[in-house]
Amino acid sequence: MNEKYLVFEVYHDHIKLVSKGKWILETIRHIENILQSIPSDKKIIWDVSGVSEFDSAGILLFIEYLNYFEAQSKVKVTGYTSKQKEMYDLLKKQHKSKKTIHAYQESTLERIGKKTIHIYDDTKEMLRFFGELFSNLFYTILHPKEFRYKEMVYHIYHSGFSALMIVAITTFLVGMVIAYQGSVQLAKFGADIFIVDTVGISIVRELGPMITAIVIAGRSGSAYTAEIGAMKITEEISAMRTMGFDPYSFLVLPRIVALMIALPLLIFFADIVGIFGGMFASRMQLGISIEQFVNRLYEVLEVKHYILGMIKGPVFAFLIAAVGCFRGFQVSQNTESIGLHTTQSVVNSIFLVIAFDALFSVIYTELDL
Amino acid sequence: MSVIEAKDIITKFDTRTIHDHVNFSINENEIYAIIGESGSGKSVLMKEMIMLASPTAGHINILGQNLQHITPRKAQELRRNWGVLFQFGALFSSLTIAENIELQLKEYTNISKKMRDKLVYSKLELVGLESYAGKLYPSELSGGMIKRAALARALAMDPKLLFLDEPTSGLDPIGARNFDQLIVNLRDLLGITVVMITHDLDSMFSIVDRMAVLADKHVVAEGTLENVLQSQHPFVEAFFKNEYTKQRFKGKIKDVQ
Repeated sequence: MNEKYLVFEVYHDHIKLVSKGKWILETIRHIENILQSIPSDKKIIWDVSGVSEFDSAGILLFIEYLNYFEAQSKVKVTGYTSKQKEMYDLLKKQHKSKKTIHAYQESTLERIGKKTIHIYDDTKEMLRFFGELFSNLFYTILHPKEFRYKEMVYHIYHSGFSALMIVAITTFLVGMVIAYQGSVQLAKFGADIFIVDTVGISIVRELGPMITAIVIAGRSGSAYTAEIGAMKITEEISAMRTMGFDPYSFLVLPRIVALMIALPLLIFFADIVGIFGGMFASRMQLGISIEQFVNRLYEVLEVKHYILGMIKGPVFAFLIAAVGCFRGFQVSQNTESIGLHTTQSVVNSIFLVIAFDALFSVIYTELDL
Repeated sequence: MSVIEAKDIITKFDTRTIHDHVNFSINENEIYAIIGESGSGKSVLMKEMIMLASPTAGHINILGQNLQHITPRKAQELRRNWGVLFQFGALFSSLTIAENIELQLKEYTNISKKMRDKLVYSKLELVGLESYAGKLYPSELSGGMIKRAALARALAMDPKLLFLDEPTSGLDPIGARNFDQLIVNLRDLLGITVVMITHDLDSMFSIVDRMAVLADKHVVAEGTLENVLQSQHPFVEAFFKNEYTKQRFKGKIKDVQ
């Protein structure tokens, strides 16, 4: 069936190729298969007069194999029409590569190498980011008048105030869950009232700050990356630079400072709501009245627990905002990378929040706090 | 007197060389075009001039400042002396057109709000935009209006130097000619020096005073249109001496040959 397009005859001193029929996009796959099977150790006479229809793909295939055959032995082409010649000349001009370019396959070693270089570059960029950030921070501390207060207030509203509802619901539910789970265990020992210790200390010291930080990482960290990333794509960042506006002091610092102010406030709010959640569940499950709960809470919840929890706030906020902005600046000139970097930003900041929380636990334990 | 002078610019991305000893100089009060095929490094060259990127080697002098050894303070000063029009405007999408134009005035000067508003609307008028456009956001504007608004923003600080990245691309032919005329008027009116990247033959034949042709990593021809047309370089041949341009600009090209 393939003889519709190409026949070849081997003689003692040359090979005769006769092309015919349609050399078009739909058929070149067949033709290429035949061409590959043709020996090229002898002189080739290629007769193309039988081609009834051709397109650029057909001609390109012809050029490709003509080059290939010419590299190995002599080729004579006969019977081409003027139209074929015209198209051949047109495509030949652009067809510079002599050999067929084979699909390139990456080896494992190469992938590892690339990944390593990627990590190295990423680290370098991160160091650069934090370098610029701190130099700007010190500059701003020395020149507090140049700090962008308006932007900061804007971000406090959007990252802090607007998040009150979601933070409240989340921590209320977490407080309730702790109380329910705890009450089942404690009831076995008849130590019902200890539910207050469990809820109070765990919320204020650990869960309040961590849950709030995770919610904010998902909410504001991603927003920062996407905002800055979009500005990078539309060249707004470049425009800012040429106007002499430093993106760090205009975009990064206000966001970081805003979150460092907003997050501790949110944590304070989350602590209260979380304890309310626990109080609500204890009352339902164990019948501990609000008065009993509050009295017990007053006895067991020392101020130090509250302070130890609050200290984490600004640290988490810095991590979330800095990672969010850093990933935003990494966005390159395509829209896909916004999604990629936003995902990375959230994953990184949640991981960092949990890692630092663990670090705080170790430090607090070592210090006997 | 040259306002911008580039000496032996070499730019490499990894192992790929973009510029290999690029030299040119731009005189005061002229409209200077940088032309070349896509991928010849025109935009990179402009980015290097406006300090968004720095060359691997070589020197660029702008308004007497060497960009390679500039202090942050001097750089900041220099930035106030130029306006940049990005190819797609790069207006701040969260601000209205008026706020976009006002931004630098607000940051760098202490003139009153009333005066600022007046300045903003005079700039809008200068670029041929109706004053209602000032209250709109960039997303509510057409492509041509965005270019004009971005030009108004670039002119906000009355710069001595204006960098335009493909000012007429994406405009209809009539809009493009009007924009050309606008650039000439601004140059005559405000005495600014204009550096632009362009592919627009009409602009090159009508408003550009001198140009540099980038090809094969070098400046292959520099000077007035007449000088450039004398070049035998394949790119110049292909770009200016094809059938279309010969027909289109019969008079001009014949004068030269």
